[in-house]
Amino acid sequence: MGALSNLYDPDEILWTGCPCGLHATIYEHKAAVEGVDARGRFYAAETTTGGARTGAAPGPMDALSDLEPPARASRDLDWKDQENVLANLATSAVMKGLFGTDMNRRNFLRAVGGTTAAAAIASILPIDKAIANIVEATGPLEKTALNVGFVPITCATPIIMAAPMGFYEKYGLDVSVIKTAGWAVSRDKSLSGEYDAAHMLTPMPLAITSGAGSAATPWTMPAVENINGQAITLAMKHLDKQDPSKWKGFTFGVPFEYSMHNFLLRYYVAEAGLDPDQDIQIRVVPPPEMVANLSAGNLDGYLSPDPFNQRAVYDGVGFIYKLTKEIWPGHPCCAFAASQKFIDETPNTFLALFKSILEATAFSSDPANRADISEAISPKNYLNQPTTVVQQVLTGRFADGLGNVRNEPDRIDFDPFPYHSFAVWILTQMKRWGYLEGDVAYSDLAEQVYLATDATAVMKDMGMSPPTSTYASYEIMGKTFDPMAPEAYVDSFAIKR
Amino acid sequence: MSDEMKERIKAIAASVAFLGLFLLAWNVFVTAQNGPAADMDPELAALLGPQAKGQSALPTPGEVGAEIWSHVTNPFYDAGPNDKGIGIQLAYSIARVLTGFGLAALIAIPLGFLIGMSRLAERALNPYIQLLKPVSPLAWMPLALYTIKDSEISSIFVIFICSIWPMLLNTIFGVASVRRDYLNVARTLEVTPLRTAFRVILPAAAPTILTGMRISIGIAWLVIVAAEMLVGGTGIGYFVWNEWNNLSITGVISAIFFIGLVGMVLDLILGQAARLVAYAE
Repeated sequence: MGALSNLYDPDEILWTGCPCGLHATIYEHKAAVEGVDARGRFYAAETTTGGARTGAAPGPMDALSDLEPPARASRDLDWKDQENVLANLATSAVMKGLFGTDMNRRNFLRAVGGTTAAAAIASILPIDKAIANIVEATGPLEKTALNVGFVPITCATPIIMAAPMGFYEKYGLDVSVIKTAGWAVSRDKSLSGEYDAAHMLTPMPLAITSGAGSAATPWTMPAVENINGQAITLAMKHLDKQDPSKWKGFTFGVPFEYSMHNFLLRYYVAEAGLDPDQDIQIRVVPPPEMVANLSAGNLDGYLSPDPFNQRAVYDGVGFIYKLTKEIWPGHPCCAFAASQKFIDETPNTFLALFKSILEATAFSSDPANRADISEAISPKNYLNQPTTVVQQVLTGRFADGLGNVRNEPDRIDFDPFPYHSFAVWILTQMKRWGYLEGDVAYSDLAEQVYLATDATAVMKDMGMSPPTSTYASYEIMGKTFDPMAPEAYVDSFAIKR
Repeated sequence: MSDEMKERIKAIAASVAFLGLFLLAWNVFVTAQNGPAADMDPELAALLGPQAKGQSALPTPGEVGAEIWSHVTNPFYDAGPNDKGIGIQLAYSIARVLTGFGLAALIAIPLGFLIGMSRLAERALNPYIQLLKPVSPLAWMPLALYTIKDSEISSIFVIFICSIWPMLLNTIFGVASVRRDYLNVARTLEVTPLRTAFRVILPAAAPTILTGMRISIGIAWLVIVAAEMLVGGTGIGYFVWNEWNNLSITGVISAIFFIGLVGMVLDLILGQAARLVAYAE
């Protein structure tokens, strides 16, 4: 993307897309050069079963990390240096216009030298003016002081770290990220307008829009925050019950009714032949209280967001039985959500916020940045957790509570693309368990709430590579989900309401 | 030395001895729970917390003391919207309590006065007051959040609604039970009704009214902690929740200490005010 790079360095690869200019995307370029699979990560997830996400296949966000390997000293600028970053972006845009491809730029710089090139380009093109134009092109921000709510869990990593690491500032926003006790309060504060945007669970904007659990209000979900990153934790006393068929009579905690946690837990136990409403009890428990309830014996286990799975291990009260990526590899979890009203009334502010979130998500996705991020979000002002706990979650090298140290680099990942098919799957589960009644307009609702089309446009504009289709099919515990036939999918389950 | 002084010194000595015994018992209880450090792979040990390695979940009195001291020495730091010093958090809570309590007093005392002066009004309104009085103030919270749509005003409203009843009831009772003799004397002297209210009834009912206010402020301080734990953001209740979120028992205990301290001070202030208006019959 070039925002932080030295543009006059001939060895620097700047632009996403094909560096030699012969291929349409960097994937095709890579495929030609290195012979790797050119399809993105979700295409791989679609067709493979179980946990296999072909390691070599680059995803839409991987392009960024390829282009900015942190090991190389390419960080000539600091993220927080907003003016220079913008200037660099503008210069990058000008140079792209001049040279077309990265290969041409690098050849030119090699031939004449960086300093000469800088002077030459400045003499023919008033880069200062171009910079001013880019700043103005984003339009005046309707307001810059924003309140963004978050629940203190690692799923919210991009929303949180964008504050201490300067991503909001970079887009001219002064964002206060406000810690919230739980999702019901987060929803109510969002509905009342106290929060301009908020961290929510991916099913929540669908529930709010369709009026399940609150007054129906049009809500939108511009971006997913994280994929994977949850786990089923069991109390230490259930070491011998590592098989869901032995869970009859268990009490499980989930963070919210309209959550992937609830739907994944229900899905998982139902696949094992248990009826989640009769054979086990599912209770809504705020994440911070899960560990205490587990140690007090009020809960036998929970499917909850991290860091509270890792925290149970850290405090020696539970063990990590299953990561949710082992149930559905690449499932969405939390989201960045805003009201339709916020978008309509302050479109420029929204766009700036959206872009800063997309960039923060891309930055979080790079495994090389995870240790730094853990440091940035652990203090009291954000997650308020021991750094080792957060670090184990984000880096995927963790103690599982059974005496092992496991290494799962994709334990949690960050990918903003809000596939419409994610929404359709969630709606099928809401229908399956009776949260929605009657006919459900699956794809209409999905397309109204999940802003995949807008995300595609903005991501392209930012030089990222969004997937080409907003619908994908998934394979979850050996069962195929076809987003085009949601009603048949609901009917295909033996256990449902 | 007078006997009175001796009694006082004995009481103080007993207080200190109780505290010492309590702290000692606490310390013994916690250290007895600490098992021997388990033999563990150092790589794994680095990933686990002290509790998983056999330490007690409860802090020792010394750890809590150190935590309290760190708050006392640096009460007003501001490290962002979610991390402020305990002084700032207490100030937020006290401001909310005083606002809600003040509004309640402004309404409850005049209203109680009017109701107390009329037997009919007292009898007519009593059932409603009795019905609303025992409702847990937090039960109002969802209703307040939904209708007011502002968490700040909602928590003040909850303080208001919980502190209004004791003041209202005590004012009614105090006004209604002013001795007939006083009123009869005022009537024989042809004092105007307004003058009677301010010069006779108010001073006579003041001790009862202040008792109501004292009960109210105690309830208000109890409720603010719960309300702030619920809506979050700022205040001592949020502070407790934030420590709980980190499962930091040390932090929670030190917050309890500060909550108790402020509650005591608020009660002392109203206790002093009650002394000013007290009279002997």
